[in-house]
Amino acid sequence: MSEFKCGLKDSIPIALGYLSVSFSFGILAIKEGLNVIQAGLTSLTNVTSAGQFAGLGIMVAGGTILEMILTQFIINLRYALMSLSMSQKLSEKTKFWHRLVIAFTQTDEVFAVAMAHNKSLTLKYMLGLQLPSIAGWTIGTVAGAIAGNLLPASVCTALGIALYGMFVAIVVPQAKKSRPVMIVVLIALVLSCIIYYVPEFSFVSSGISIIICTIAASAVGAWLFPRDEKEQVEE
Amino acid sequence: MIYVYILVMAVVTYLIRAVPLTVFQKKIENKYIKSFLYYVPYACLTAMTFPAILYATNGVWSAVAGLVVAIALSLFNRSLTTVALAASVTVFIVEWFFY
Repeated sequence: MSEFKCGLKDSIPIALGYLSVSFSFGILAIKEGLNVIQAGLTSLTNVTSAGQFAGLGIMVAGGTILEMILTQFIINLRYALMSLSMSQKLSEKTKFWHRLVIAFTQTDEVFAVAMAHNKSLTLKYMLGLQLPSIAGWTIGTVAGAIAGNLLPASVCTALGIALYGMFVAIVVPQAKKSRPVMIVVLIALVLSCIIYYVPEFSFVSSGISIIICTIAASAVGAWLFPRDEKEQVEE
Repeated sequence: MIYVYILVMAVVTYLIRAVPLTVFQKKIENKYIKSFLYYVPYACLTAMTFPAILYATNGVWSAVAGLVVAIALSLFNRSLTTVALAASVTVFIVEWFFY
């Protein structure tokens, strides 16, 4: 099987998953006041769930560009780590512009599948993996954005919780496995609620709140539970 | 203005992905920075979910029901799609009967 076809085959579960999750992003985007083209363009150019979700909130609230830059930077900082570790798995001959192309669709799921691939990563394999993922993500968004106008309000409301459900599905299994992750998660949760509910902090926007909670909880985690290569150090 | 936001998002997100893949070829050695980056997604997703999830539906109780179902299925390591759809169906059913 050619590298490209191999990538295509591996992309199937990602593309299907993206179709359904981005559907709810499309619905939400319309509900918050974007049009179909804006929603589709956001997905096509970003291909990231958490970042788009937070970005949408900032757009709707009329946040500043600086706020947008900071939020995207912090939320998507994990991609830097993934790209860093993926750079070690690219064949040494990989050209500079190949790297630029591969970088565009660095997502949690693409990264997970690519790193499980039992060979050095090539541009062809990565394109096979990424193109259906981008298509699934964008088509799902547009479909959700269009259907959002047609579906009854009760269905749209129900799907509005889908992205949060996906976040829960990413966090909970890891928190169950690892006590440090559990503690980091609890710190972020408590901090986020404090900023939200305590009237003195009402001037903190949701984007800034996410940044504060993420940095604080992750820093405490790194300080209390620095990780060795394989195993976590429990203190 | 929306398009400016989208452009800014796309550029920032792309640079984060592209810079390490092209410029930095050496592995990060500092274990505190590595650990910090490891915890980032979990802290970030949690901060985005709470307490916002409680206000994502027509009422707190349908959201709580959806959240409980999502956590329960996640404990059994169900896929992202399954969890997301199950939470949605739960919200739909609860709101169908009680709202």
